[in-house]
Amino acid sequence: MRDGSLPAYVLRRLVAAIPLLLLISLGVFALVNLAPGDPARSLLGSRQASPETLAAIREQYNLDEPFIVQYLIWLRQVVVWDLGRSIQGSELVTSMIWQRLPLTVFLGVYGSLVALGIGIPLGVLAAYKQGSEVDRGVVAIGVIGVSAPAFATGIFLLYVFGVYLGWFPIFGQGEGFVDKVWHLTLPAFALGISVMGLVIKITRASMIEELHKDYVAFARARGLASRRITTSYVLRNALIPVVTAAGLIVVGLLTGAVLVEVTFGLPGLGSLLVSAVTQRDIPVIQGIVLILASFIVLMHIGIDVLYTLIDPRIRFGRVEA
Amino acid sequence: MKLEEAPASAAIPSAIGEASLLRRKRTPLTVWIAMVFVAIVIVCAAFGRQIAPYPPNQQDLLLGDTSPSAEHWAGTDLLGRDVLSRTIVGARTALVGPAVVAAGAFAIATLLGLMAGYLGGKADSVVMRWVDFMFALPGPLIAIVIVGVVGGGFWTAVAVLVVLFTAPDTRIVRSAVLEQRPLPYIEAARTLGISRRRIMFRHIFPNILPLIAAYVVLDFAFALVSLAGLSFLGLGVPPGTADWGRMLFENRTILLTNPMAALLPAAAIVFTAASINVLGDWTYERMSAR
Repeated sequence: MRDGSLPAYVLRRLVAAIPLLLLISLGVFALVNLAPGDPARSLLGSRQASPETLAAIREQYNLDEPFIVQYLIWLRQVVVWDLGRSIQGSELVTSMIWQRLPLTVFLGVYGSLVALGIGIPLGVLAAYKQGSEVDRGVVAIGVIGVSAPAFATGIFLLYVFGVYLGWFPIFGQGEGFVDKVWHLTLPAFALGISVMGLVIKITRASMIEELHKDYVAFARARGLASRRITTSYVLRNALIPVVTAAGLIVVGLLTGAVLVEVTFGLPGLGSLLVSAVTQRDIPVIQGIVLILASFIVLMHIGIDVLYTLIDPRIRFGRVEA
Repeated sequence: MKLEEAPASAAIPSAIGEASLLRRKRTPLTVWIAMVFVAIVIVCAAFGRQIAPYPPNQQDLLLGDTSPSAEHWAGTDLLGRDVLSRTIVGARTALVGPAVVAAGAFAIATLLGLMAGYLGGKADSVVMRWVDFMFALPGPLIAIVIVGVVGGGFWTAVAVLVVLFTAPDTRIVRSAVLEQRPLPYIEAARTLGISRRRIMFRHIFPNILPLIAAYVVLDFAFALVSLAGLSFLGLGVPPGTADWGRMLFENRTILLTNPMAALLPAAAIVFTAASINVLGDWTYERMSAR
């Protein structure tokens, strides 16, 4: 029992994540050396490359030290939340990230509400009406959803609802909550739809499987209301695969957010990453990638914890997670 | 409750209907439509320049961006280039890159998956540890960063995607190999003293090939969308290339004057990927129904 207690499990997982995080940080740090040409020059950015400035850069980033020493110095700074400065305008990377983060979080939450709020009911509906016209329609939506990248959906939504019908603003992020929701509705739907296909596919497949199980037939034979069977028994079990896929869904949302922010010209973390990549602003890239990768590692742990709460057998190692 | 019944099949791709119902039924209409559409795209990829009404890079700066007309069915972009012609010619990069990604990823994944699944032991744990590591990473974001920082455009993008796609594919091949391993024919082959390499490539491989084929098709669709995404961010093909993702990137600013310049390539991406997904799901169901 002690071994299977929840805090012990969480702690074990967090400790296990440390080597992974270190490996990721090493990869992120190596980006400086991955860029073609002299690292000092790529860190110099658009500034004038005189021998003095180059020497200053070498000094500042300890470029004359061996790679591993450079890495350790950098890591020591990262641990105390010092991600360096942008090579463009020398703004602090951490403050740039803080500034852009709220929009991306807002967009991500809104987008996932769209994906789950529409995707799960559609998947359930399709499973109940398996083989019917409704089912085929939902499956078609799912295929389109899986196939349509967020930027393509974004352009369509932007044209139809922004330009043609004029219901939604075509740029800007809005001020205040209501205005923000209104401004971010099209981006959030573009984002949500790109992930919804996956949600529909998984929900439908696992609902169909659950509906064929003995306990459903038994509950029906006992005369339980159909709605009760769905909500309290079937859906609960059917959503476990959706939780399993949460990792895929979140990665999909993050990628989608990058594309959507660029499509709609929104100043979030994703568009910051893209502009940093195009300008080869290494410190900014390193900061964003480090944060997103750590977020994903922690989220995987969170999903597994959630999982053990839904299905305690996993914690005791009786079934494979 | 039966714990032994692990829901391993719960997350498999499933569309068009259940495999058991479909087995002896005729090919669904959606699959026919998808086949025809993919055939059209392939023809465009092969003979795009001959079919296109205008050369894809012929500029007409005085004309600029115009909405669809009798001369230009889908209008022109900012540089006065014919949108329809560019979309037709763009089919080539849309197909070549994903083909290399899907084939390359599965060639490596088959090798690794066979080794991990059949040899087991150390080979298995090394390969699977690597796969788990790759799963912990946000793949598409890694692609954006590496292609952007390293440079090299299209072929760097293709190479990065091959590496990223190899991990999930390896997992698929390995689990298929694990299903084959306990079967009598493998045991018989082993009793006969056939070498491990021969068992892996001559005996197991042909049996998992249909499954691999279905996943290659699904991979292809995903690679198409991913590469288009990179081009859309200005990271894939070089500027000026007639490429669907790139066209979207360049023409999203003229949505008010000629919406077709962005909507046509967007539709091309969505419908090509959707058609290929339909074909992939269909192949998968036919293969798993056997």
